[in-house]
Amino acid sequence: MTMSESPLPCARWKRDGKQVVLELCGDWLRDGVAPETEGEPPDQAPSRYVTENLGEFDSTLPAFILSHLRSVGNPVEGAAESKLSLEGLPPNLMGLMKLALAVPEQSDANQKSESPSEIKKLGIISIAVWASVLSVAEFTGHSVLALGRFVTGRARFRSRDFWMVVQECGAQALPIVSLISFLIGLILAFVGNVQLASFGASLYVADLVGIAMVREMGVVMTAIIMSGRTGAAFAAHLGSMKANEEIDALRTFGFDPFDFLVLPRLLALILMMPLLTLYANFVGILGGMLVGAAVGIPPVLYWNETLTAITLTTASLGVFKSVFFGAVIAMSGCLQGMHAGNSSAAVGEATTRAVVASITAIIVIDSAFAAVFTVLDI
Amino acid sequence: MPASQETPQAKITVRDLTMAYGSFVVMRDLSFEVADKDIFIIMGGSGCGKSTLLRHLIGLQEPTQGSIFYEGEDFTAAGPEERGKFIRRFGVMYQSGALWSSMTLAENIALPLEENTNLAPKAISDLVSYKLSLVGLSGYEDYYPAQISGGMNKRAGIARAMALDPDILFLDEPGAGLDPLSSCRLDDLILRLRDSLGSTIVIVTHELASIFAVANHSIFLDTATRTQGATGNPNELRDHSENPAVRLFLHRGKVTDPPSQTRS
Repeated sequence: MTMSESPLPCARWKRDGKQVVLELCGDWLRDGVAPETEGEPPDQAPSRYVTENLGEFDSTLPAFILSHLRSVGNPVEGAAESKLSLEGLPPNLMGLMKLALAVPEQSDANQKSESPSEIKKLGIISIAVWASVLSVAEFTGHSVLALGRFVTGRARFRSRDFWMVVQECGAQALPIVSLISFLIGLILAFVGNVQLASFGASLYVADLVGIAMVREMGVVMTAIIMSGRTGAAFAAHLGSMKANEEIDALRTFGFDPFDFLVLPRLLALILMMPLLTLYANFVGILGGMLVGAAVGIPPVLYWNETLTAITLTTASLGVFKSVFFGAVIAMSGCLQGMHAGNSSAAVGEATTRAVVASITAIIVIDSAFAAVFTVLDI
Repeated sequence: MPASQETPQAKITVRDLTMAYGSFVVMRDLSFEVADKDIFIIMGGSGCGKSTLLRHLIGLQEPTQGSIFYEGEDFTAAGPEERGKFIRRFGVMYQSGALWSSMTLAENIALPLEENTNLAPKAISDLVSYKLSLVGLSGYEDYYPAQISGGMNKRAGIARAMALDPDILFLDEPGAGLDPLSSCRLDDLILRLRDSLGSTIVIVTHELASIFAVANHSIFLDTATRTQGATGNPNELRDHSENPAVRLFLHRGKVTDPPSQTRS
């Protein structure tokens, strides 16, 4: 080993009659110069190695040799020593090579498959979409059955869990709901005032803000906040419980995970969403009132105008919708959590899917309600 | 061991069990029996399907083929109601402990008792303390699973599995990740449980020291052939098994000779 003579790493392929000889020289180091290859790499494993001029080496050298041995067809069927010559390698390198070759490459463990054709991809996507439609239908059916069991008093869950969720998605959501609704009321009033003031009808800002809040904005904004806040939390919580086998543990103690985990969350959101919506409506109207005061509408007048604009029917539409939105948020959060994979990455994906699915569903259902209410003329 | 083909009488009888994930067959044609009060070990290399076999035994996964019987009653064909009756006799400890993370240790152990018995709260809390002291965790009643170490989680998982004094106790890698002393105490605990409660115990493990210390019956799952390599007492299998893979495994890869005929 004469390091000083040739510090530059290189690999030379030579032919000695029918045999292949691999000459290695220089320092093979990660931080050093990239090794040069001389001669065409042959399609057979070398029968001898020449390493007189080989200097220091780290893992780059065994990796180079192994990649060549693997590329010339897997010559190592368990018996590394018998078939394969490692002659000429220094003992420490020979030891490393023997270790690397001790277990043959598992050909069927290699999961890289060629990418499927476009038609096949379309088919795979269609099957996946159909499977998710089925799982949503199954989950909805399961929820209805569980609610039935709850009504008849046969569902088993801890009332403490229920009250925890109520607190989490009720009282603890108040600050964010207040802030968002107040600002939405404010924005509506500003935009409305610019238009209405141009023909001297500023007072009707109260009508605009009131009706928009109680019919649409209050309930939709609350639902979107709750999807991001509570729906995501449900998916992440149930998903990590699944990854940690906690859901299996419930099952083997004879608990129905559906009753035990999904039902309290579903009930809590169905109960709390209407209350939060009422609260959001009120705070939104206060926001409008602040803008009104700024442009010269006295609060008492604003309030009276709001009361004449909002009928009980209008006010109850938003609250009515909030029950459905609550159910949708709870169900998409729990569905994605219960169907999450068994890894931390899968929990993240489940959370994303839960939020995206529930926000989409909220907007779609809201449009459907809008169409129905228009037809019914309410 | 009596093994009649028509009505299996053993505590657990598995017949021609094939386990698969989709089209990927994990293990095929597993057939074995576990007698009453056996300490039965499921062993094999990493990733060979030991935990999958356990999940089949407790009904979390359905067999692709074959059936599982408990005391002669068909578990595989049972409906959800009957399944519930079987499962109530099981205690299961999962690989990671799988304690319910939103509850304290005491609540974890109390929950099965509250839901499945009519005991008074005082009696339940006494039972909880007793079960925790059995696994050396007295005084940890009010800790949450995230506040204690992995080994303690495991032991608490065993305490919870024992909550209802199960007829059959399933333990998934109870010794993995424990220090040698805790591991030894655990072996002792397992033997005592069998002797005092008369439970049958099924353990998934590849800790050789524990296997030789507690087992009187075992199955070896062979990764290469995807079926059972051998069944029997591991102390016998170590030197007398026909299957070289089994002898290699039980000797930590040190011996490759043919089976020795006499004991040294």
